[in-house]
Amino acid sequence: MKRITLILMLLSGPLWGVEPDEILDDPVLEERARDLSQGLRCPVCQNESIDESNATLARELRILLRERLVAGDTDEQAVDFIVARYGEFVLLRPDTSGANLILWIAAPTMLLIALGIGWTAIRRKKAPPAGLTDSEKAELEKILGA
Amino acid sequence: MLPVKRMRYSYAMLVELGHFALILAFGIAIVQMIVPMVGAHRGNTAWMSLAEPAATVQFLLTGFAFAVLTWAFVTSDFSLQLVYLNSHTDKPMIYKITGVWGNHEGSMLLWMLILTLFGALAAWFGDGLPPRLRARVLAVQASIAVAFFAFVIFTSNPFLRLEVPPLNGRDLNPLLQDPGLAFHPPFLYLGYVGLSVSFSFAIAALIEGRVDAAWGRWVRPWTLAAWMFLTVGIALGSWWAYYELGWGGFWFWDPVENASFMPWLIAAALLHSAIVVEKREALKSWTILLAILAFGFSLLGAFIVRSGVLTSVHAFANDPERGMLILIILAIFLGGALTLFAFRAHAMEAKGVFSTVSRESALILNNILLAVSCFVVFIGTMWPLVADVLFDRTLSVGPPFFDAAFTPFMVGIAIALPLGSILAWKRGTLGRAAKPLAGWLILAVTLAALAYAIQSDNSALGPIGVALGVWVVGGAIADLWMRSGREGFADRIRRMGRLPRADWGKATAHIGMGVTIFGVAAMLAWEREDIRIANIGDRWEVGQFAFQLDDVRQLQGPNYLTTMADISVFRGDREFATLNPEKRFYPVANMPTTEAAISNGVLRDVYVVIGDPQEGGGFAVRVYIKPFANWIWGGAILMALGGCFSLSDRRLRIGAAAPKKAIVKAVPAE
Repeated sequence: MKRITLILMLLSGPLWGVEPDEILDDPVLEERARDLSQGLRCPVCQNESIDESNATLARELRILLRERLVAGDTDEQAVDFIVARYGEFVLLRPDTSGANLILWIAAPTMLLIALGIGWTAIRRKKAPPAGLTDSEKAELEKILGA
Repeated sequence: MLPVKRMRYSYAMLVELGHFALILAFGIAIVQMIVPMVGAHRGNTAWMSLAEPAATVQFLLTGFAFAVLTWAFVTSDFSLQLVYLNSHTDKPMIYKITGVWGNHEGSMLLWMLILTLFGALAAWFGDGLPPRLRARVLAVQASIAVAFFAFVIFTSNPFLRLEVPPLNGRDLNPLLQDPGLAFHPPFLYLGYVGLSVSFSFAIAALIEGRVDAAWGRWVRPWTLAAWMFLTVGIALGSWWAYYELGWGGFWFWDPVENASFMPWLIAAALLHSAIVVEKREALKSWTILLAILAFGFSLLGAFIVRSGVLTSVHAFANDPERGMLILIILAIFLGGALTLFAFRAHAMEAKGVFSTVSRESALILNNILLAVSCFVVFIGTMWPLVADVLFDRTLSVGPPFFDAAFTPFMVGIAIALPLGSILAWKRGTLGRAAKPLAGWLILAVTLAALAYAIQSDNSALGPIGVALGVWVVGGAIADLWMRSGREGFADRIRRMGRLPRADWGKATAHIGMGVTIFGVAAMLAWEREDIRIANIGDRWEVGQFAFQLDDVRQLQGPNYLTTMADISVFRGDREFATLNPEKRFYPVANMPTTEAAISNGVLRDVYVVIGDPQEGGGFAVRVYIKPFANWIWGGAILMALGGCFSLSDRRLRIGAAAPKKAIVKAVPAE
């Protein structure tokens, strides 16, 4: 029961995210920061990006991210900076390294397999051609010719 | 004093009676699982005919148990642990009632109520079924009930008493005290559990070793009904997230959301493939497999929601032990069904032949796209678990993955849908199908170009949404129009009115799909956001609207305190709305909630949220302009409505449900 209460407490806070005082003056940088923070998971929340979460840590990460961007980091550098500290858990879009490749190619592969099976099934279901086969034609000619 | 005492005594007994009814229903389910199945095997009519009364009694007993629990909530009987933990005397009556299923145990009892209801419905409407098939369907249905009765009684009993009843309860999670969420679970369960009937039909057919057109016609209404309820349930949940969570998101690709979305996708595939079974006696084994998978995904959903193996915003009542038991139930039913399938599927010989370009092929494509898109959701949802267990990596799979991996499938379906749904059965030609659609294609592209020209940025999302939406909606209209003959305009309109309801259902559901696609794309592409600190009296502009923070007041609700803002919204000089966003605090549960204020419109929603007071004075205020937001749920309602039309079609009524009189009365068509 304690656990339930804890969970309810965690999801209790309104998803509120970015506070007015965090917003950068430079609209281009701010836009980049918003885009990036939507792809970073709040490490202490249930399942929210740091952009949505009102947890203190999420706020700190939003500010940290903005500091990196202001300092001149590229998007990649800024994200790597946070991943280096909190692990790949914070990436809402998993990378394609190692086993994650399976995740990314699973759908296309499955689609190809399914299309292959579907195609075979359709070909097999195909109605027999309305005309006669060669051997039937030969047979027919033999009869007619006779 | 004595009468009062006596009353309390008998009322106390009521809870025990409910508890007892639940156990009795369990026993009856066991009998119903075994006797009719053996009877069907031996050809014993008496044994088979036991199924119907058993299903009825099982439902009545469960209904009684549910009524008793509801009574305990309504009268705030805090001697019941469940009521104590989830209710409060000050809670509004409606939430006392909906609070019955706002928790694990109560929601399991609701699940049982719906499961036994579907069992009873399958028994009552099963008159047209061959007795043997009917007995087997009901026996399989009862076996599902047995598993879940055991689960409820042994691990999640809602009727447990407290030794010393507390004076008041701990209140329901305030987030659940909301009309959208209050009715979200019953609809979802009607969907999840409705799929159990399709499952039972599939298993019974595998045991019989026979699937024919009639089977397709029997299984379709159940699937359709379940799918409709799922659609409504998912839409309610999404709508709730939109207005309650405070920033207008409507879909989070959260494990729990995915848990309801996967059976929806498979059910959508199933109700299309069952058409092929019914009309053309093809795709039989595939349809059986889908029926098994659809319910399998429902069970997987129950596992995800209740086990807590996957962290979710929605996780409620996490309990690994219960999760384990649901996993066992899932393994038994899915494993057993798939094993049976492996042995028996080859017996389902397909009869219908069709050419490569045909409605049959189009429906196969539909099934491939829906099933693989479900697979995408499945692997994305389960991957964190797989990566953790197999590769020792703690990672997340969130919206960016699903957006990238799932969206292409929906685009593919939208592109193929109008063409596929117009193709002739058996042997069609693409050219003939494309002809009536040409105008709509031109319109779709033109409007997309127009949208691209009007919008302020270069994003392709909005225009693509416009094009797909117009294309799908237009395709559905063209389909109806084509069926209306070749006479004059007035005559064609008249004939359209007389088309079978199934045709209207199909068109309506497809239009709904188009509307939703458009709504999602348009809202995501064109929404505007403004976050600022506003002092009382401040006025600011967002897009074509101006906002003014008039006042912030402290008020008291029935079981909460609230900070309410008055924000006037202007368009031009004209004031057109006063919005009252709130920040509530529920003292008993010790929880804050945000209540966004939304001015709904056909073309856009204006969405306002009030935040915390700031240190330097003023309040944080968020304003969103969300274009076409309501189209998302409007489309979902159209989809469900399409299901209703289809379900009321004469063909299905006769096949599944009609009393014999109706068949006698039926006049030959035309």
